[in-house]
Amino acid sequence: MSKRTYMRVRADMPPGHVRTPAYLRGKLGWVERTLGPFPNPEQLAYRHQGQPLPLMRMRFTMAEVWGDGTQTPDDTIDAEIYSHWLEPAEAPHAP
Amino acid sequence: MPHDHHDHLSPSGHPYRPDDDHPLTYWQQMEIAVRELLIEKGVTTAAEINAQIDAMDARTPANGAAVVARAWTDPAFRAALFEDASAATRAMGFDIGPMRLIALENTPDVHNVVVCTLCSCYPRNLLGLPPDWYKSRAYRSRTVREPRKVLAEFGLTLPATTTVRVHDSTADMRYIVIPARPDGTDDWSAEALAELVTRDSMVGTGAAKAPQAL
Repeated sequence: MSKRTYMRVRADMPPGHVRTPAYLRGKLGWVERTLGPFPNPEQLAYRHQGQPLPLMRMRFTMAEVWGDGTQTPDDTIDAEIYSHWLEPAEAPHAP
Repeated sequence: MPHDHHDHLSPSGHPYRPDDDHPLTYWQQMEIAVRELLIEKGVTTAAEINAQIDAMDARTPANGAAVVARAWTDPAFRAALFEDASAATRAMGFDIGPMRLIALENTPDVHNVVVCTLCSCYPRNLLGLPPDWYKSRAYRSRTVREPRKVLAEFGLTLPATTTVRVHDSTADMRYIVIPARPDGTDDWSAEALAELVTRDSMVGTGAAKAPQAL
């Protein structure tokens, strides 16, 4: 638990073919595992050479994604996020 | 009985219903146009397209059920599956192609469920074509928001002591859930166990069948 690497998904809303779900943008999660490299789909979609990027399986708590109103805050959502969508972040303070 | 009063009834005795036809959509027309052009220009042939459709139709959840049943009965395979599911299932003859596969284990403590919020990514090599509900906006949006409620609607009510992990299949990975092995099946063969493995149990929206359900 103490070894978790926390990262925050960029909160940007750029146009184009983006595979970062909007509901996770700006959210804080930790790296479940690192995959790839895989070519950047944002470039592949327009027939450009896709830059190889690490793909991170990020894990988010329901509380982080949906706020305090969620009924089961400790349930989680995992999603694959390309590394250029992630920024280093501090671990959250213990509640 | 004077039959002229019953012209609006079908031979089954029920009223005729209007056909539910509608014109081709833009994208349906586009698909036909592109397919015909590819054939006309010699890029592909009708036979190749039909062979691909046949190959897709030949993939069924029985493939995934064989993988699950082997994971339940063969400890070395089980370890290989959780280490590298693409390689382990390829060795069984179920090639996932350029995608990668991750196997997720359901236990009393953790329940995994798979969704693709962006489109309809699905492990077709193991489960065949996705069901319509998997592609619906309701399943895609609600599963990440209120997974326990969605699972309850599938008939699966989980205790608070079980953590729900939703897996949003957003990129190059595909996911298969390995459901918990049903109780009372200790002496069962892999072939018999495979009969207990449902499609929904491998998406995470159900459990494997109990032996008495067969």
